[in-house]
Amino acid sequence: MAINWFKYSSPASFYFLAGKMIPLFTIAAIILFAVGLYIGFFVAPTDFQQGEAYRIIFIHVPAAWMSMFLYVIMAIWAGIGLAFNTRLSSMMATAIAPTGAMFTFLALWTGALWGKPMWGTWWVWDARLTSELILLFLYIGFMSLQAAIDDPRRADKAGAVIALVGVVNIPIIYFSVKWWNTLHQGATVSVTQSPKMAATMLTGMLIMSIACWMYAIAVILIRTRTIILERERHTAWVGELRGMAQ
Amino acid sequence: MSLWVIQRDLLLAMRRRSDVLTTLFFFIIVVSLFPLGVGPEINILRTMAPGVVWVAALLASMLSLGRMFSSDYLDGTLEQMLLSPQSLSMLVLGKALAHWLVTGVPLVLMSPVLGIQYDLSADALLVLTASLLLGTPVLSLIGAIGAALTLGLRGGGVLVSLLVLPLYIPILIFGAGAVEASAAGLGAGAHLSLLGAFLLASLVLAPWATAVSLRISME
Repeated sequence: MAINWFKYSSPASFYFLAGKMIPLFTIAAIILFAVGLYIGFFVAPTDFQQGEAYRIIFIHVPAAWMSMFLYVIMAIWAGIGLAFNTRLSSMMATAIAPTGAMFTFLALWTGALWGKPMWGTWWVWDARLTSELILLFLYIGFMSLQAAIDDPRRADKAGAVIALVGVVNIPIIYFSVKWWNTLHQGATVSVTQSPKMAATMLTGMLIMSIACWMYAIAVILIRTRTIILERERHTAWVGELRGMAQ
Repeated sequence: MSLWVIQRDLLLAMRRRSDVLTTLFFFIIVVSLFPLGVGPEINILRTMAPGVVWVAALLASMLSLGRMFSSDYLDGTLEQMLLSPQSLSMLVLGKALAHWLVTGVPLVLMSPVLGIQYDLSADALLVLTASLLLGTPVLSLIGAIGAALTLGLRGGGVLVSLLVLPLYIPILIFGAGAVEASAAGLGAGAHLSLLGAFLLASLVLAPWATAVSLRISME
């Protein structure tokens, strides 16, 4: 069975595919958020050291993960758009940026709420906090560069260059701030070691992460559809859509 | 080829000396403002000095980025450069190095004098100058990418700071860190080596990324 993948690289056919996928991801996100929050608030035990305040990790850790994943995915799509001149990839990159910036902000905000009772301060100049803040700056730089350029094709390509330069810099920034100063605890969950936390907490956190993925995919697809309509408004197929709607 | 561009840009800069001096005086004024704002407590000033000088160098280098391509863009020279059979990366490398010679080198030469204002020891002054000597070319090279991307855009000056300043952060950390490490008796070798590594990496990668950006901006 040969699937013609390139069929969906055309904005016109992707528009309808995305329209079918959005409800699926939305429902998945709602169910998983409900389950994840239930585990987070009612099933997971109270931490003996941190009390109830630790429960913020159920949103803090997924948001921090998403902020980094989404930047890399955004850069990959932007890079594909730059290399192969595919319009849809660049539209995806543009659609990812606001969601990524939102998760970055959420990670910083929830981190500050957690830091006040735990460390006694809203903000410390620590490696992870600082690099997350710089990540937010990189997202904002990408979005404002695209917003400043009127020609969408030039905006796509210029955004791709700055996104890729940012990806090269993220490890450098991360290690430079890490050597510079550090207070944030090391990663509790890693691929190479067994997790250092209770199983229910881990389950709750993973479910919340998948819920965040589903939410991000749904929102990004909705935004991509809007961008497609905006850019293709002069084409025949969008004209037909409008004809059907009337 | 790069040499030709460097020579040309230096000649142009010498014909408009006020541009060079504005950047230098901006640097001096910013560094001199800090003691006025913080107060003349010499111990505080001594610990602040490397950071203050480095942040001022970052800002001065960034403010002059707009000039790197804009006049060539306006009079059409840049278009001729893009059409020429020479490698665009080499041309860009020449322009970035010329930018460094015009804006970076005067800052490096001026920094020991400003360091004395902050009562730095002779060793610290030496390390500060060495770190600026290694770090300021990286600022020009990375800044060239931002300057090329924002070419001809409205509000390009503010936008370039948003794009470039986050990328400058590692240079700031290791540049200022070199002085602090030598003051703490750890030796500045590691920090200076890393700055040298950044310089070599950006010498190879930044002109290439700038050339791609210029082609996008000039389409």
